[in-house]
Amino acid sequence: MIRWLLLVGLCFQSLPAVVAAQSAEMEQGKRLFESQCGSCHGPLGNGGRGANLAQPQLRRATDDQALRNIIRRGIPGTEMPSSFLTPTQVSSIAGYVKTLGRVQSEAVPGNAIRGQATYASLDCVACHTLGGEGGILGPILDDIGARRSAAHLRQALIEPEASVPSGFLQLRVVTNDGRTLTGVRVNEDGFSVQFRDFAGELHSFWKDEIDSLDKQWQRSPMVSYEAILTAGQTDDLVAYLVSLKGS
Amino acid sequence: MKTRVLLLVTAACCSARPQPAEAQVSYERILDAASEPESWLTYSGTYGAQRYSTLDQIDRDNVDRLQADWIYQARSLQKFEVSPLVADGVMYITEAPSDATALDLRTGRPLWSYRRPIPPDIVTCCGQVNRGVALLGDQVFLGTVDAHLVALDASTGRVNWDIEVAEHTEGYAITVAPLALKDMIIVGISGGEYGIRGFLDAYDARTGERRWRFWTVPGPGEPGHDTWSGDSWERGGAPTWVTGAYDPELDLLYWGTGNPGPDFIGEVREGDNLYSESLLALDPDTGELKWHFQFIPHDVHDYDSTQIPVLLDAEFEGEPRKLVVFPNRNGFYYVLDRATGEFLVGKQFARQTWALGLDGNGRPIEDPESVPDLDGALVYPDDDGAANWYSPTFSPQTNLIYQNVREKGATYFLADATYEPGRIYMGASRRAVPGEDPRGFLRALNALTGDLVWEIEVFSPPWAGLMSTAGGLVFSGTMEGDFFAADAYTGDVLWRFQTGGAIYANPITYISEGRQFIAIAAGSALFNFALPK
Repeated sequence: MIRWLLLVGLCFQSLPAVVAAQSAEMEQGKRLFESQCGSCHGPLGNGGRGANLAQPQLRRATDDQALRNIIRRGIPGTEMPSSFLTPTQVSSIAGYVKTLGRVQSEAVPGNAIRGQATYASLDCVACHTLGGEGGILGPILDDIGARRSAAHLRQALIEPEASVPSGFLQLRVVTNDGRTLTGVRVNEDGFSVQFRDFAGELHSFWKDEIDSLDKQWQRSPMVSYEAILTAGQTDDLVAYLVSLKGS
Repeated sequence: MKTRVLLLVTAACCSARPQPAEAQVSYERILDAASEPESWLTYSGTYGAQRYSTLDQIDRDNVDRLQADWIYQARSLQKFEVSPLVADGVMYITEAPSDATALDLRTGRPLWSYRRPIPPDIVTCCGQVNRGVALLGDQVFLGTVDAHLVALDASTGRVNWDIEVAEHTEGYAITVAPLALKDMIIVGISGGEYGIRGFLDAYDARTGERRWRFWTVPGPGEPGHDTWSGDSWERGGAPTWVTGAYDPELDLLYWGTGNPGPDFIGEVREGDNLYSESLLALDPDTGELKWHFQFIPHDVHDYDSTQIPVLLDAEFEGEPRKLVVFPNRNGFYYVLDRATGEFLVGKQFARQTWALGLDGNGRPIEDPESVPDLDGALVYPDDDGAANWYSPTFSPQTNLIYQNVREKGATYFLADATYEPGRIYMGASRRAVPGEDPRGFLRALNALTGDLVWEIEVFSPPWAGLMSTAGGLVFSGTMEGDFFAADAYTGDVLWRFQTGGAIYANPITYISEGRQFIAIAAGSALFNFALPK
C-alpha cells in the first residue's frame, strides 16, 4: 500500500517535469524550425518555396521515421537539403512539424472551378505543364498546391520576379558573333552553359563562344497578372492552383 | 607469325617490368621520390608535399591531345576521394568505405582487392570515405572508418596485421592516407564533430606495434593543458585527418590539426584550446613537439587547419629560408619558417568575414559579429572553408602556389551540445544564405606573398585537389565533372574533359610503358589519361 502511494506520489511529482521537458523540446523544435526550415517552408510552416507542412498528412513523410529521415538526409533531386543536426534536434523539429498539421489550414477565398476556367483562358500552358499538357519553360503544376502555399502562389502571380523558383534562372547571353539570346538555364558548368529560349529552342555554348553571360536572378519570363486579372479572378486562380495536389 | 609477335611482346614486357605486383618501396625510394617521377610513392608525391612532378612529356603544346586511356569503376557510390599510389607497374587505390585495390598499370585490371566489412554503427561527419594508402617495403597500409590500421601484403592484398587505433563507437574514424616514414606508419584520426580527443600515432610497419602517440589536446600536467577550461580537454577534438609532410634535413614531421570541440560553442572550452587549429612540427622518432603555430586560437567556426603543409626553400627578404606554406581553410595564406615556426606572412586569399585581420604574430583579430549566436551569425567562409582537405600544388617552375578556392557563406545558429560518446557534438545549426550563388575558383598565388597572380572561375565551389607538372601545367577538376589542364603561367585552360561525375580527389601522374599518364577519380570512376600512342 505504501509502495503504491509512493508510486502515485512519484507520478504526480514527475508530471509537471515531463510537461516542462516536452514544452522545452517543443520550444527548441520551434526555434530550430524557424532558423533552419522557415526560410523555405515559411515561418509558420505553411509553405513558401518549400512544401506546405501545415497539413495533417505529409506526402513524403508518411510516418515519424520518414519525417526524421527527410530532415536528416534531405530529398535527393529536390531543393530540400540534408542537415548536420543531432538526432535530438531532428526529433524536436519533427515533433514541432507534426503540430503544424493541427493548425487550421489557411483560408483560401475564391472558387477553384472558376479558377480552372481562368487558367484555361490565359496562356499558362505555353510555359507550364499540367496533366501532361503544356510547355516546359516553367515549373510543372500538377502538384503545385502541395508544394507551395496560397500566399506564395498569389505572390507568384502578382510579382513573379520576387521569388523565381530554383532551376529557372533567366539568362541573357551575347555570343561572340554578336547575337543576343535570352532564355531559362537548363545547366551550366565552368566551361559550358545550356539554356532554352522562350520559343523552347535549346542552346548549348562553350563559354569561350560567349562574349557575355548575364544571370538575371531577379527576372522571370512570367508576366505579372496584377493588371490582367481582377482581384476575384486572382482569388479563383489561386484557389484552383491550391487544389492541385498531384496523385 | 602471330606466335612470334606474341613472344616478342612478352619478352619486351617482362624485361621492362621484372616484378609486377611486387612493390618493394623502401624508405630510401620515398625519400628520393623526386628523382623517380615515373612512380607516385607517397600521398603528395614527395615528402615535401608540393604535388609537383618533373614529368614533361605532356606539356602546354600537346596537352590538347590528351585522351582517356583506361578507366576503373569503383564499387562504391560514396565520394571517391582517393589519391592513388603507383610503384613498379601497379597502382594502389582505396575505395569507400575502407577497401583497397591493386590495379595492373598496363591494362587497368584489378590484381587483388581487400574488401573490409564495416560495422553498422560507424559515425563519420562527411561520408565514409578514404583518401588513399601508404606503401612501405612489400606492404600496403590502409586506415579504416572503424578506426583500424591494416597492413596488407602488396602482392596479394592479404592481411599481415590489423590493429585498433581507437574505439570507433566513441566517434573515431580514419579517412586519412597514412604516411610511411623511416620504418613507421604515421596515421591521424577523424572525429572532430563527435567530441573525440585528437592524436597523431606512429606504428612499427613490421609489427603494428605503436611507437608513440602525440595527443593534440594535452592532458593534465602537459604544456598547453591550461588552454582548456575545466574538463573540456577530454572532448577537445583537434583531429588529424589530412596527411602531413616531412623534412629529412631538419628531421621534422609537419601535421595540421582540426577544430576544437564542440565546434561552435566557445564558452564551454575557454582558452586558446591548444593544439587545435595548429600546424605541428614533431620529432618523428619520438612524437615530441618541436614547435607549433596555432592559426586560430579558440576557433568557433569549425575551420579545421587540416590542409597540406607545403615545404619549399626560397630566398625570403634576402635570406635563404626553409619555409612551410599553408593555404588555410580560414581564407588566409600563411608562410612560416619551418625550422622554427616563425610567422612570416599571412595574406587573405578568399572571401572571409570572420577575422578583421591578423596581428604581427599571425594571430587573428576575430570579428565578434561572426560568432554563432541564437539569432544567427552570417560568416564567410562557411564551415566547408575557403580551402579544405584537397591538395594545393607548388610549381618550382613558376614559383606559384595553386589553390582551389570556395567562396560560400552560411548563417550559424547556436544550439545545445550534450556530449554522448559517438554522437554529434557541434553546437550550432547551419543555414545557407538564401539566394546566394556560391562561387569557386582556381587561384594562382605568389608563394612568398600570397598575392593573386591569376584565377579561373569554375562555377560551384570545388572539392578537387591540384597537381602541377614540369610540362608547365596545372591539373584540376570541378563539381560539375570537368577535369582540366591550365597553363601554369597564365591560367589559360588548354584542355578539358567531361568525366560525368563530381571530382573529390587529387590528381597524380606516372609513367607506364614509356607514356606519361594523369590519373583522377571522378564520380565513382578512376580515369587515366595519356597522349595517343
